[in-house]
Amino acid sequence: MDLTFSQEELAFREKVRAFFADHYPEDIRTKMNRGIRLAKEDFVRWQKILHQHGYMAVNWPVEYGGTGWTPVQKYIFATEMAEANAPDVVPFGVNMVGPVIYSFGSEELKQRFLPDILESNVWWCQGYSEPGAGSDLASLKTLAVRDGDDYIINGTKTWTTLGQHADWIFVLARTNTDVARRQEGISFILCDMNTPGITVRPIITIEGGHEVNEVHFEDVRVPVANLVGEEGRGWTYGKVLLQHERTNIAGVARSKYRLARLKELAHKAPDGGSALIDEPSFRAKLVRTEVDLKALEFTDLRTLAAISTGKAPGPESSILKIKGTEMQQQLDTLYMEAAGYYAMPFVPDQFSLDVSADDMVVDSTEPTTALRYFNYRKASIYGGSNEIQKNIIAKHVLGL
Amino acid sequence: MDFSINEDQAMLQDSVAKFIANDYDFDSRQASAATDVGFSRERWTEFAELGWTAVPFAEEDGGLDGGPVELMLMMEQFGKGLVVEPFLPCIILAGGVLKRLATSQQKAQWLAPLIDGSKLGALAYAEPQSRFDLANVATTATRDGDDFVLNGHKAVVLNGGNADTLIVVARTSGDVTDEHGISLFAIDADSDGIRRKAYPTGDARQAAEVYFDNVRVSAEQLLGDVDDGLPTLKAVITDGIIAIAAEAVGIMQTLNGKTLEYTKSRVQFGAPIASFQALQHRMVDMFVMYEQPRSLLLHAVMMQDEDNAEAAARAVAALKIQIGTEARKLGEEAVQLHGGMGVTWELDVAHYFKRLTMIDTLFGNADYHLDRYVLS
Repeated sequence: MDLTFSQEELAFREKVRAFFADHYPEDIRTKMNRGIRLAKEDFVRWQKILHQHGYMAVNWPVEYGGTGWTPVQKYIFATEMAEANAPDVVPFGVNMVGPVIYSFGSEELKQRFLPDILESNVWWCQGYSEPGAGSDLASLKTLAVRDGDDYIINGTKTWTTLGQHADWIFVLARTNTDVARRQEGISFILCDMNTPGITVRPIITIEGGHEVNEVHFEDVRVPVANLVGEEGRGWTYGKVLLQHERTNIAGVARSKYRLARLKELAHKAPDGGSALIDEPSFRAKLVRTEVDLKALEFTDLRTLAAISTGKAPGPESSILKIKGTEMQQQLDTLYMEAAGYYAMPFVPDQFSLDVSADDMVVDSTEPTTALRYFNYRKASIYGGSNEIQKNIIAKHVLGL
Repeated sequence: MDFSINEDQAMLQDSVAKFIANDYDFDSRQASAATDVGFSRERWTEFAELGWTAVPFAEEDGGLDGGPVELMLMMEQFGKGLVVEPFLPCIILAGGVLKRLATSQQKAQWLAPLIDGSKLGALAYAEPQSRFDLANVATTATRDGDDFVLNGHKAVVLNGGNADTLIVVARTSGDVTDEHGISLFAIDADSDGIRRKAYPTGDARQAAEVYFDNVRVSAEQLLGDVDDGLPTLKAVITDGIIAIAAEAVGIMQTLNGKTLEYTKSRVQFGAPIASFQALQHRMVDMFVMYEQPRSLLLHAVMMQDEDNAEAAARAVAALKIQIGTEARKLGEEAVQLHGGMGVTWELDVAHYFKRLTMIDTLFGNADYHLDRYVLS
C-alpha cells in the first residue's frame, strides 16, 4: 500500500499545474469565480485551448487523439482542474457520443465525427430521456422508421442539456417495435440539428436559467448512414455511454476545492460580527462534510486503483454517483447557510462582467449560492436518479 | 386544554381559504411576482377591504384584535397560495413595532396608512455583519439637538424597496453587540440621505439594501424609549417566526398533496411510481415531517398566552428549529419525487420549495436557534 505519487506522476502534476496557470483565460476564470454562467463561446474557446495541449480527450485511446493517461494521471488532472476552478468540458461530444462512435461506429463515422469533437467544432447534445421515459428509459417511444436510405424520426426528447447550442444530437430511437424485450429494437442515430422538422423548446429551470430543452422531431429525415453500429443495438451502446457518464461522476476534486473555500469563508469574521466556524452546529456539519468527503475520495481511489491494475472496478464504484451528488448538494446547502440573509437576493444579472459596483447588491458572489443550491437539486435526479442507482446496486451488487 | 378555534376564527380561516382557493391561482401569482413591485397592488387593496390587514391590531387602533391564533390561521392559507403580497413585512413586522410602541399620534401618522393599505411598510433590522443576531446593530442614530442623525447599512430589508415607511433599528448607545442602546424609529423612506437598492428574492418576494447617510429624523419619530428597543424587536420577530412557521405548514401540506397526486399518476416500469415501496416510505416520512412541525406550531401559539416568557421563547425557538430542518427536507423530497419536473420553473412545486428554503433562513436558521436553545 502506498499513498505517494511516483517521481513521474509528480512531474506530470507540475506540468499540468503550469498549464492551468499559463493558459486558463483570465476572463473565464473571473466568470467561474463569480458564479457567472459561461457562454457557448467561452466553452468552445477553453476546449480549443485544452485540445491544443492535448488535454481535451482525457479518456480516449491515443489512436483517436486521446491522452492515453493512466487512471492516476487522470486523477491528478481532475484535481488540478478543480484547483484552478476551470470549467469541465461539455461532456456530450467528448465523453458521451465520442466513445460510442470509436467503439461501435464505422470507419467512415469515425473520420467524419471524431476530429470535430476533439477540436470542439461541433456541439453535441443528448437525445435520451422523453417525457414518458425518464428513470424507465427503455420505455422510450421515439420512432425511427426506415424509408429507403433514410430513417424518418418522430417523437420528443427532453432534458436536453445545452441543446440550444447544439449542431448535432445523438438519439436513442425505436427502429423495431416487434420485440420480446423493450431494450431490443432501439437504435443509436446521429442527427444534424438543422434537419427540417426539429424544433427546440427551452425549459426554464427552478433558478430561472435556461440550460435544458425539449427537442421535438416531426418527420425528421436522417440518412441511414448516420446509424452507429448495428440497428437495434442502441441500448447496449447507450449503456456503455452511461458508464462514461459515470466516470468522475463523484466529482471529488471539485467538492474538495469547494470545501476548502467554504472553510476559508467560515473562518472570516466580518467587522462587528463573529466567525461562522464558532457556531457549533455549523462547525459540526463542516466536520461531517470533510469526513464524508475523505471517505468518498478513498472510495474513488480504490476504484481507480482497481482500474489501473487492469481489474474491473469493485462494487464500491456503484456508490460514487449517489455519494458524489449527495456531497455536492451538502456543500451547496452549507454555502447557502453560510451566506445567512444574503442567500435571499435573486439577482442573476448582477454577476455579468460589466455590472458597475453601484448596481451590485453585495460585493461578493454570495447571492449565487441559493441559485446554485436550487439548480443542483438536479444532481440527484440526472444521469439515472439516485433511486435508480440504488435499484441497480440492490440488483447487481447485493444480488437482491 | 382545547385545540379548537372559535367561531370568529373559523370564519376568518374560511374566508382566507376561499379566497386562496378561488381567486389566487398560481399563474396570476407568477404574473404578480414578475412585476417591478413583485406583487399585486389591487390584491393588496382587496386584503385591506376584507379587513385582513387590520387583524393583528387593537380595536382602538382600527384593528380587529387578532392574536397569534388568527395570525397562524391566515398565514397557513397564505402559504397554500404562496401569496406574494407583503403581509409579513408590512403588517406583522412594521405594524408589529408600531402597535407596541407608537403613541396615538404616531399611530395615526404611521400605522393607520398601513392598515388601510394606502402605504406600505418595512422593518429594517438585519445588517451585513449581524447574521441573525438581533442585538448586533452597527447603524447609529446620534443625538443632534432635538434630532437624531442616522448612518449605516441595513441588509435584505423585506419589502424595503416598495416601502413608504421604514421602521429602522439603530444604535443610540453602546457597542455593536450590546443588548442595551438599541432604538427604533419610523422614517419616511423618501427622506434625504436614504438610498435603496431593491431586488427580488429567490422565493419571489422583494427586498432591498438600505443605506443611511446622515439621515435626520426628529424626536417625534423615535418609537418608545430610547435605548430600550430590543425587547420589542424580539417580540415582533417572535410574531414573525410564528407567521412564517404557519406559512410553512400550509406549504408542506400542499407539497405533500401534490407529491401524492404526482406519484400516483406518473407511470414508469409499467406502474404508478407511488406503488413502489421505497417511495411510499419516503412519502410517509414526508407526512411525519409535516405533522411534527404542525404540533410545535400549535404549541408555540398556545404558549404565547401563558404567563411564562422563558417557556414561550423556548417554544418559539423549538418551532423554528423544527420548521427549518423539516420543511427544507420536505421541500427537497417533494422536488426529488417529482424528478426532472420538480426542478422546472413551470411547475409550482419548485416555487413552494424555494419559499420553504428561505423560511429556514428568515429570522435565524435552524442551526442558529439550535446553538442558542436553552434546555428546560
